[in-house]
Amino acid sequence: MFKRITPESAAQSVAFDFEGRTIAAWPGDTVAAALLAAGETQFRTTPEKNRPRGPFCMMGVCFDCLMVIDGEPNRQACQVLATEGMRVRRQNGAAEIGPDDAIPGDGA
Amino acid sequence: MSEPASPDLIVVGAGPAGMAAATTAAEAGASVLLLDDQAKPGGQIYRAVEAADAASEAVLGPEYMAGRPLAAALRSSTVTYVPDAAVWQVSDGREVGYSAAGRAHLVRARQVILATGAQERPFPIPGWQLPGVMMAGAAQTLLKSSGLAAEGAVFAGSGPLLYLVVHQYLQAGVQVAALLDTTSSANRLPALAHLPGALRRWDMLGKGRRWMAAIKASGTRVVSGVSALKVLGDERASGLGYRVGTGPWREIQSEHVFVHQGVVPNVNLSFAAGIKHRWDERQLCWHPLTDAWGRTDLDGIAIAGDGAGIGGALAAEAAGRIAALGALRELGRIDAAACDAQARPHRVALEREGRLRPFLDTWFRPADHFRVPVDDTTLVCRCEELTVKDLTDVMEIGLAGPNQLKSYCRAGMGPCQGRFCGLTVQELMAREQGRTPEAVGYYRLRPPIKPVPFSELAMLDADDTANDG
Repeated sequence: MFKRITPESAAQSVAFDFEGRTIAAWPGDTVAAALLAAGETQFRTTPEKNRPRGPFCMMGVCFDCLMVIDGEPNRQACQVLATEGMRVRRQNGAAEIGPDDAIPGDGA
Repeated sequence: MSEPASPDLIVVGAGPAGMAAATTAAEAGASVLLLDDQAKPGGQIYRAVEAADAASEAVLGPEYMAGRPLAAALRSSTVTYVPDAAVWQVSDGREVGYSAAGRAHLVRARQVILATGAQERPFPIPGWQLPGVMMAGAAQTLLKSSGLAAEGAVFAGSGPLLYLVVHQYLQAGVQVAALLDTTSSANRLPALAHLPGALRRWDMLGKGRRWMAAIKASGTRVVSGVSALKVLGDERASGLGYRVGTGPWREIQSEHVFVHQGVVPNVNLSFAAGIKHRWDERQLCWHPLTDAWGRTDLDGIAIAGDGAGIGGALAAEAAGRIAALGALRELGRIDAAACDAQARPHRVALEREGRLRPFLDTWFRPADHFRVPVDDTTLVCRCEELTVKDLTDVMEIGLAGPNQLKSYCRAGMGPCQGRFCGLTVQELMAREQGRTPEAVGYYRLRPPIKPVPFSELAMLDADDTANDG
């Protein structure tokens, strides 16, 4: 799995929730980077065939890292900087349009 | 809104070309709005360069640090720099639509410079869609932005960036399981024709050779002549299968597979704006048609940097300054003589950076079977989950081009808007129908080129009403 090659500056790190798991993000981490650092590889499943996907390009062009971030679906995890208290979960299947609590599978 | 209501110049993209263009224009007194989709300036090549220190220079190399003065100049300029901005439209009337901080904006400028850079070329091999498989550029992004590296990864493909990232991993003390090189030996002879020009950049050639020598000296397994690749694993990558020549399939186990076979211009915005493009057979991609000042066929819209054709970071910086000077002349801020004189040193730099390009393009030309998959089950359109067979079955009907393909099977209509299947679909159709890629053409792209919520577009109307009032 991915590991840090630079010494940790824990004082500056932020924490966010990923489906009940607390993830520590370092300064400059996107949501995708922080999740990869925590060993997560599957970010969503596809709408058509329900197949697993994860980050691929890390620069915002492949759209394979789409997640539900703070209730909003179709967010590119590789483009969104991690912030304190964020709520992140996988986008399984097609994105649902509507308020967060209307999405099946949300633990909240 | 803090940005000027109608700036002299809008620059899209804050990589080397965009940063250079924006600061050059602002220094001459133009009002400049710079829009970029990242949180910090630098583009992909100089990503997170403002946070770089001696330790990162030791890993990423001195070339990376060349972005620091560009970013510093931008920060101390009068440029209105908007990070985290998604540009979804540029109209032929130089009206730029973008979203930032949950709001959509439409701003018209007197001049527009697109500096949208490059993306990695699609690498459609069996299993490339599995979690754990990423582009080599993605590995480098993680290294630059977050100091993250994957121990024991396997790298596969061809091109300078691939060797550079492996070299950077080794510099960071991260072990690499293997480097599987797909560079075709058939490229050598045609590439040699370009060697005299390339030798004028012996410094660059020498750098590439030093990377390779260091990789081999590290004891990293390097396999040349790789003729086929397939990702192992079902739910996620567990390794990479490969063949050398016509030899047997072999396997390397690793949960991280990084692939790369060159970069291509990011043309979604220029295509959607309606700018004329031509197929470049040497770089195997589309180039917007531009003149010596980067100007396109659309009045007041220029393109600078890798988005106009792959030339690298230093060429992009020079092209950005040249395009800015051209825009300043159009704006009446400098006369033609001053414009020509000021552009001269940048033209020298541009020419110098271009000397190696024909050799590199030819030497690292991805083999046909790595651009157009031979295996029927390989996914071509990742978004709509369409395989080679799905597409060729539809093509058999006798389609006129990629746009008709869309209406039959939705190829290229997912969220990436063809960025990772367009070139493959085009060349696959050329192969199946016995036509040239140029004759087949590309997807017709339309704005918005990035997803923008309807709620933001609805607010746009409210904004306009408020402004009118």
